[in-house]
Amino acid sequence: MDLFEHEARDLFERYGVPVPRGFVAGTPESAREAAAKLGGTVVVKAQVKTGGRGKAGGIKLASSPDEAFAAAEAVLGMDIKGHTVHKVLVTEASEIAEEYYLSFLLDRANRTFIAMASATGGMEIEEMAHSITRMPASAFGAAAVFSPSIAAEVNAVASALWKVFVSEDATLVEVNPLALTKSGKIVALDGKVTLDDNASFRHSRTDSGAEGDPLEVRAAEKGLNYVKLDGTVGVIGNGAGLVMSTLDVVALAGAAPANFLDIGGGASAQVMADGLDVILSDPSVRSVFVNVFGGITACDAVANGIVQALGLLGDRADKPLVVRLDGNNAEAGHRILDEARHPLITVAHTMDDAAGRAAALAGAGKES
Amino acid sequence: MAIFLDEHSRVVVQGMTGSEGSKHTRRMLAAGTQVVGGVNARKAGTSAGFDDVTLPVFGTVAEAMEQTGANVSVLFVPPAFTGDAVIEAVDAGIGLAVVITEGVPVHDTARFWAHAQGKSTRIIGPNCPGIISPGKSNAGIIPADITKPGSIGLVSKSGTLTYQLMHELKDFGFTTCVGIGGDPIVGTTHIDAITAFEADPETELIVMIGEIGGDAEERAAEYVREHVSKPVVGYVAGFTAPEGKTMGHAGAIVSGSSGTAEAKKLAMESVGIKVGKTPSETAALARAILTS
Repeated sequence: MDLFEHEARDLFERYGVPVPRGFVAGTPESAREAAAKLGGTVVVKAQVKTGGRGKAGGIKLASSPDEAFAAAEAVLGMDIKGHTVHKVLVTEASEIAEEYYLSFLLDRANRTFIAMASATGGMEIEEMAHSITRMPASAFGAAAVFSPSIAAEVNAVASALWKVFVSEDATLVEVNPLALTKSGKIVALDGKVTLDDNASFRHSRTDSGAEGDPLEVRAAEKGLNYVKLDGTVGVIGNGAGLVMSTLDVVALAGAAPANFLDIGGGASAQVMADGLDVILSDPSVRSVFVNVFGGITACDAVANGIVQALGLLGDRADKPLVVRLDGNNAEAGHRILDEARHPLITVAHTMDDAAGRAAALAGAGKES
Repeated sequence: MAIFLDEHSRVVVQGMTGSEGSKHTRRMLAAGTQVVGGVNARKAGTSAGFDDVTLPVFGTVAEAMEQTGANVSVLFVPPAFTGDAVIEAVDAGIGLAVVITEGVPVHDTARFWAHAQGKSTRIIGPNCPGIISPGKSNAGIIPADITKPGSIGLVSKSGTLTYQLMHELKDFGFTTCVGIGGDPIVGTTHIDAITAFEADPETELIVMIGEIGGDAEERAAEYVREHVSKPVVGYVAGFTAPEGKTMGHAGAIVSGSSGTAEAKKLAMESVGIKVGKTPSETAALARAILTS
């Protein structure tokens, strides 16, 4: 789970990472109030979980509460790379002397955690890749990267950040820029934090995903592993790898997948109905490809699940389904689907054939 | 032969008395695995029945090893307790720990991985289907009856794609299939399995299945270029995955421009690995090499 900048700021503050004073605002009025409380020049920053806010005009300086009102009015509701701005963070403006970069993150290759630091910062990480020093998180030393005059202070910030990283079960804490102000202070001006969803059981976290797609929110409420995509062929399958593969096969057939949905093992009628319900609520879906390999799951149970799910959905099931079942009890599964003679169901015997049919039914693809 | 797991493997199950643990213990026994007992501190001294087999439950992995000669542990322990359970198995000196559990915090995995360095335990997983040497032994949840023994070695991040390929290539069969798991940190890697398959005289061809996220496939490709003489066929899932979205597996995420399926495919092809566009095409590539 990625946090919004203001959530990262609050977390940093709690662990003693120096941050500018600031308040979150959801309306221009409250941005004005925040600016009045802070006094002086403030920065009004769009809260979206994507980079490039500055270039998109999502960060504005305001030298009075009225200017903060105007800035918030301009930024709120803005679309930045497909993310709508619902909140702004209003912080005191800092007079920046220098900008740096500092982060702790997961190092998958070495199966451990590393620190990355750079004496330049404030730009996209790709642009400064060459200037970044990587070191084991446990052996972080600011002196390797920063000038002696600030190394001790950066070490203190790094140690507080490392506490955030460990105590909050983060997979990324990033400060960019870490700024040296003209008055000689080190401040975390912008932060990005990714928390490990697998560790949620030992934290009291509130999900900040307010900007999520409504279908994703609904699927999550039903405990479904669903990701909304842009195409017209809905996809349901079992196993993350097989579902990713299914999306690719749909694309190879000339159509675009509308979603990722992994229903895992079991594939009960209820899970199938919940999954179909979410997919059929997506107005861009024109056909659905159900792709199940029965390993532990038995295909006859899946076939029954599909038939019952269509019964449960009634009139809401109104798009054609292409079903491909393989593996454990596949023949029994095919028999159940044949006997049901459901007008919406087409049975296909290979993934590639099924993808071609689903694409054609969606009005895309090489066969249409 | 087989890699990491064979007919002499003696398996204990940590979490055997739970619902997943007991269901899969029964399946492992049916596949011919020598399951010799379970571990559950709160049920030490009891036993559990599986059709015509009754297995003892021990309080610790060390005790189970001492009493039964177990050398493999399969873990069906809930995520909150998995880290400690793996560390217990490592400290007991078990040869192989297969961590099936999905949802283990990555800080816990990093901790048990670090703890296992310099010790004698190979760790597979977490968040994996386990390992099967068809006809010999099955440690985990891979269905045994969809394939048969043979000459292909398979290593994969994905469970169902493993099953798909095992099934499609059933006529050639497999020495061993290793599901290494879909988490950002896993114990056994593609490279570890490929190294063992290269050394295994019965393995004639290696299938490696990858997916988006990290650079394990790229590193495995580099390894193949330098150290592998056997033919390798590959598949990568996730070409259509959007940037920044986790696709089911905790580790399956494209971050910025890194971890893409395209980069993995290109890296594999650049070292002569034949990469299929679909699972079926991948099976066909393997078939063509084995029959030529």
